[in-house]
Amino acid sequence: MKHAQKTFQRKITSASNIATFAAAFVATSAMIVTANASAADPVTVVSWGGSYGAAQDAALFNDASKNSGIEIIRESGASMSKTCLQVESGSVNWDLVVTGSGGSAAAAAKGCLEKIDYSVVDVSDFYPNLYTDYCVGSDVFATVMAWNTEKYGEPGSEGAPSSWADFFDVEKFPGTRAYRANNVDGALEPAIMADGVPPEQVYEVLSTREGKERAINKIREIKDHIAVFWESGAMQAQLMKDAEVDMSTGWNGRFDNAAKDGAKVGYTFNQALLDYDCFAIPKGAPNKEMAMKFLAEVSKPEYQANLPFHITYGPTNKKAYEITTASKELVESLPSHPKNVPLMSPVSLDWYAEHRDEALEMYMELLSE
Amino acid sequence: MMVAKSENAVATSSAHTSGASAPGDRSGHELHAKELKQQQRREQWSLLSLALPGALIVFFVIVIPVSWLFFLSFLGSDGEPTLQHYRKMIEYKSYARTFSTTFQVSLFTTLICIAIGYPLAYFLAQLPARWAGIFMLAVLLPFWTSLLVRTYAWLVLLQRKGILNDFAMQIGLWDSPVKLVHNMTGTLIGMAHIMLPFLVLPLYSAMRKIERDLMHAASNLGASPARAFWHIYMPLSISGMVAGSLIVFILCLGFYVTPAVLGGGKVIMVSTQITAILENQFNWGAASALGVVLLIATLLLLFVAARVFKFDAALFGKG
Repeated sequence: MKHAQKTFQRKITSASNIATFAAAFVATSAMIVTANASAADPVTVVSWGGSYGAAQDAALFNDASKNSGIEIIRESGASMSKTCLQVESGSVNWDLVVTGSGGSAAAAAKGCLEKIDYSVVDVSDFYPNLYTDYCVGSDVFATVMAWNTEKYGEPGSEGAPSSWADFFDVEKFPGTRAYRANNVDGALEPAIMADGVPPEQVYEVLSTREGKERAINKIREIKDHIAVFWESGAMQAQLMKDAEVDMSTGWNGRFDNAAKDGAKVGYTFNQALLDYDCFAIPKGAPNKEMAMKFLAEVSKPEYQANLPFHITYGPTNKKAYEITTASKELVESLPSHPKNVPLMSPVSLDWYAEHRDEALEMYMELLSE
Repeated sequence: MMVAKSENAVATSSAHTSGASAPGDRSGHELHAKELKQQQRREQWSLLSLALPGALIVFFVIVIPVSWLFFLSFLGSDGEPTLQHYRKMIEYKSYARTFSTTFQVSLFTTLICIAIGYPLAYFLAQLPARWAGIFMLAVLLPFWTSLLVRTYAWLVLLQRKGILNDFAMQIGLWDSPVKLVHNMTGTLIGMAHIMLPFLVLPLYSAMRKIERDLMHAASNLGASPARAFWHIYMPLSISGMVAGSLIVFILCLGFYVTPAVLGGGKVIMVSTQITAILENQFNWGAASALGVVLLIATLLLLFVAARVFKFDAALFGKG
């Protein structure tokens, strides 16, 4: 009797166990099914820190995510070398990554990026040359020459520096300089222009070893006057704010933000290097399709039109200029504004793809002297 | 070497205790010796098993990745075995210069740390324990502060319009700003400050162990204080100094942040160049090759230095 009761109880318990299991199983599979059905995995969007990433959040990402219903996870520390590491080790967890144009070209050559699907992403209103097979331009910036306005005068005023030749002329403009550290991007072009090569022939001259040596020698001439080599945009701004140097190369938006913070800094677009940042999708990104849709959303002019309010980098979508509510003065200060573009020379991605490695080795040799 | 030594220590200590527990037991002597041996072996095994987690971590976190780096450094970008990464290091002079800068910075930092740290540790060791603890805070508090914060603090102090230059010009020490940072000077100041505790701590503990009576005995026998110091105190403290200097030197070899911030791009260490190669060329092989050369150069240097200065004795306590 007792025995039977026990067995009975045991049966009940085991039955309830099975029931629980079954319920749990149904529940989980239901969850999996719903997950598949809506494909609502968030898209991991990776950008840079500081004022740049904050500007993109405010102008692009937050609104694009809200309007499209695509959930995103925001991360910082974007880097093409980390992207390639993820791809090569087969554990990709980034979906959309911000990069410089040169970095994207190098990463694409290494096979680290997905091809952009231009049937999803609409670039019909984009400036030409601001998108490639692997990268869609997000903003346009310029590598400019900036200086302490107390020392050399306001930009455009009588006697103020106006070309790269002035940057390299330490007799006409005595004082300290800052130049790029440990990276050759945008480092040789100013030197070769200062040495008398017209902007349209810069990359032709730099394609030979002699041309590169000529640029390096030009930098060597003023090396004793280069007080600091900068490593980042934040450092460019800091150096001008602290008046640690009198003249520096750097990215226009960073100098504008430094001026907003009270730094006595001005710059010119004359002979500047026109370049752009872009969005790339790592090869094998876990949420590739949604990333492509999100990329299509943020590339729309209505988001790009808000970017100038947060950082003075220009839109890549021409239409953004038509619909932006920013003041005329602000709009005309953007690097991609039609008034400014003719003053500058665009960076050649082809040259970087072919010559960057050799140029970097030569530049590092100069820096280590 | 370390393992062998500790096993010996265990063997002697266990022999002592067993001997004390059974004095004058002659009949069971044979049996006793056997038991002793068994006991000794058991203890050796248990000690080994205690070291096992550490050994496993070293194996998985250090030995495997370092071997992987070594392997990578011989692979080209096409995946074929190649010596191109090493050839490039000979072709461009920047690599040799970077290595020389790295060793110079490490050596100078170590020397500065000794020059400042030795008198400091000596002073601390002479104080009564309570006062030494309070003064030790002066060494430890910066040690507990973030490295990045201290590095940037030096930047604020030393730059052209920084606090130090402003002050010195106001009181008329110098007329135009002196270049104290964004060069080798700034790098060495920052690194010496960050590394000082690594020298002071082992040195202080070595000095604390020196019997005061030895110094008293020396002066009792007619030695002047200077002579007593050079002949008694200094040789006894040298083991702590060597241990501390080695820690400082080796940590300096891999430094990245401080030279990057305070060196103004002019003090290029091996770590800086590794980052440049990775960030610009995504070339793991070339970066690994630099790491491998740095590792081998360091081991060689330590080996030679150990032979010349005979500090293996100091390191492993054979003296």
